Amino acid sequence: MSALLSVQNMSHYFGGLKAVSEFSFDVPEGVIYGLIGPNGSGKTTCFNLITGIYTPTQGKILFKGEEIQGNKPFRIVHKGIARTFQNLRIFNNLSVIDNIRVARHFTTRSGVFSTLLRLPSFKQEEEKVREEAMNLIQLMNLHSRATEMAKNLPYGELRRLEIARALATKPKLILLDEPAAGMNPKETEDLMRLIQRVRDEFKVTIFLIEHHMKFVTGICEKVKVIDFGTTIAEGRPEDVVKDPKVLEAYLGRKAVVC
Amino acid sequence: MDKLKSLKLLMAGLIFYLIVQILSAVGVLNGYFMVIINRSLVFVILAVSLNLINGVTGQFSLGHMGFAAVGAYASGSITTLIFKLSPHHPQDAVVFLIAIIVGGFFAALAGFLIGFPSLRLKGDYLAIVTLGFGEIIRTILNNIPAVGGPRGLLGIPKFSNFTVIFLFTLGTIILIRNLVQSSIGRTMISIRENELASELVGVDTTKYKVLGFVVGAFFAGIGGGLLAHLLQIAHPTQYGFYASALILIMVYVGGIGSLTGSIVAAFSLTFLTEGLRVGIDWLRDTVGIPIGTEWTMVIYAVLLILIMLYKTEGLMGMRESSILVIKEKQG
Repeated sequence: MSALLSVQNMSHYFGGLKAVSEFSFDVPEGVIYGLIGPNGSGKTTCFNLITGIYTPTQGKILFKGEEIQGNKPFRIVHKGIARTFQNLRIFNNLSVIDNIRVARHFTTRSGVFSTLLRLPSFKQEEEKVREEAMNLIQLMNLHSRATEMAKNLPYGELRRLEIARALATKPKLILLDEPAAGMNPKETEDLMRLIQRVRDEFKVTIFLIEHHMKFVTGICEKVKVIDFGTTIAEGRPEDVVKDPKVLEAYLGRKAVVC
Repeated sequence: MDKLKSLKLLMAGLIFYLIVQILSAVGVLNGYFMVIINRSLVFVILAVSLNLINGVTGQFSLGHMGFAAVGAYASGSITTLIFKLSPHHPQDAVVFLIAIIVGGFFAALAGFLIGFPSLRLKGDYLAIVTLGFGEIIRTILNNIPAVGGPRGLLGIPKFSNFTVIFLFTLGTIILIRNLVQSSIGRTMISIRENELASELVGVDTTKYKVLGFVVGAFFAGIGGGLLAHLLQIAHPTQYGFYASALILIMVYVGGIGSLTGSIVAAFSLTFLTEGLRVGIDWLRDTVGIPIGTEWTMVIYAVLLILIMLYKTEGLMGMRESSILVIKEKQG
C-alpha cells in the first residue's frame, strides 16, 4: 500500500539558514503519526511546507500520489489536507457555528447573485451547511456554545473548535501543530481520547507535532524525531525514546554518558 | 421566519418614508430639509458599501468617492446625452434606471481594477494605493473635456427625488445585508479576522477580497449616480479625498462591520455637517466671532478622537439592529 502523504528529499532554506534538510518520510493511511524534536528543529516549517504556506526549495511532496508542492494553501485544503495551529488562529468575532461554516464554504456553489437575492437554491444550501456544522458541533461537544462568539470561549474549547473547523473541510489528512500546548494533564488526556475518536469516526489520518513525550508515546503509532532539520530517529515511539541520539538531542550529551 | 424578518425591515422603511412624505406635505420639512435628507440617504448607500470593503472584509480603502465619481459621470453622461437628443423622452424613468445601473457597473469595473493591488498589499500600504487611485480618477475626469473637465458635467437632468433615492437606499441595505449574512459574507469576515486561517480552511482569499471591492464599488457607483441626478452636476471636486474621508469617518463612527451603525452615522453626520455650517454662520454673522466653515473639519477631528478614546468600537460596535438580522433556525 502506498503512503497517503509522502515527502521526498524536501529541503527548505531561509536565506542561508537550512531550516529543513533533505527530509523524506511516508505517512501511511489511517495512522496517528508524530513528528517530534526540540525547539527550532524545523517541525512547524515542515507543516508550513506541506500546507503550502512555503514552497520547498527542493524535493517533492506527494499526497495520494499527486505532487502538491507549489500549490496555494487553499488548493491543498481542497485536496484533503487540513491543519490546526500552534497558537490558535480562530475567527474571534464569528460565532462557533460560523467558524465551522466558513470551512464548508468552498464546497458551496451559490454565486453572488443568488446570495444577494436569497434565491431558493441559496437558502437550501445555507440550510445544508448549517446542519452539517451543527452535527460537527455536537460531535465535538460544543453544542451549548453554538451561537457564542468564539472569543468568549475558554482555551480548551477553542482547541476543540479549531479541530472541528479543520474537520469541517472533510480532510483525509489532518495536521495538528502542538495540540496539547498549554493544557493541564487532565485536558491532555481528554485530548488524546478525542484525537483517537476523531481518527476512528472520521476515518482520517493524523499527523501531529508535539513536545509532550507522554502524549506522543501514548497516542502515536509511528514517530519521527528531528533536530536541526535532519532526521535522527524514526519508528515505534517506545523504541525511539530509548534511542541515544534522541536522548542527546533532548537532554544533551552528558545525559547519555551518565 | 425569514420572510417575517425582511418584512420588519420593509415596514421600518415604509414608516420612515411615510413620515418624511407627510411632514413634507404639511410643510414641516421644507425643501432645504429634503435636500439634507436626500443627501443623508445617498451617504447611507456610500457608507454601507464602504463598510463592506473596510468593515466586513477588513481591507482599507480610502478612495471610495472615486467609485462614486465613476458612477456619477457614467450615468450622468448617458442621461445628459439622451436628454439633449430628445428633451422629453417618453421613457425617462427607464432611461434613468438603466443609466444608474450602468454607472454602477462601470464603478464595479473600477473596483475590480483596484481590487488587484489588495492581493499583495495590506493595511497602510493598501490605504495609500486606494487613496492614489481615487485621486487618479478625479484627475482623469478633470482632464476630459467631453465630460466638462474642471467645469464639471453640467445640465444633468433632475431625475433623483426622495422616492427614487429612498428606494435605492432600501434596496442597497437589503442586498448588502443579504450578502453579509450569508456563506460569502462569513467568508469575508473570516478574512478580516485571520487571513491565513481563512486560506487554510479552503478560502480563496484573493477572490473574496476582490469581490468585496467589486460589490462595494458597484453600490458606490449607484450612490454617485443618484447624487449627480439630484444636484444636476458632477464636479471633480465633489469626489476628492475630503469626501472619501467623510464616508470613512461614518463607517468608523458607526462601527466596523455594522450596517446599522453606518446608517445611523451617515444620517447623524450629514445632519451634523449642516448644523455646524448653520451654527458657524450664525457665530460669524450674528455673534461676530470670525470663524469659517473649515472649522467643521476641526470639530469632526475632535469627534473622531473622542470616539476613538471612549467608544473604540464605534456607536454600534459589531452589533446589528434586530430588524437587519436574518433570523436562523436554532439547534
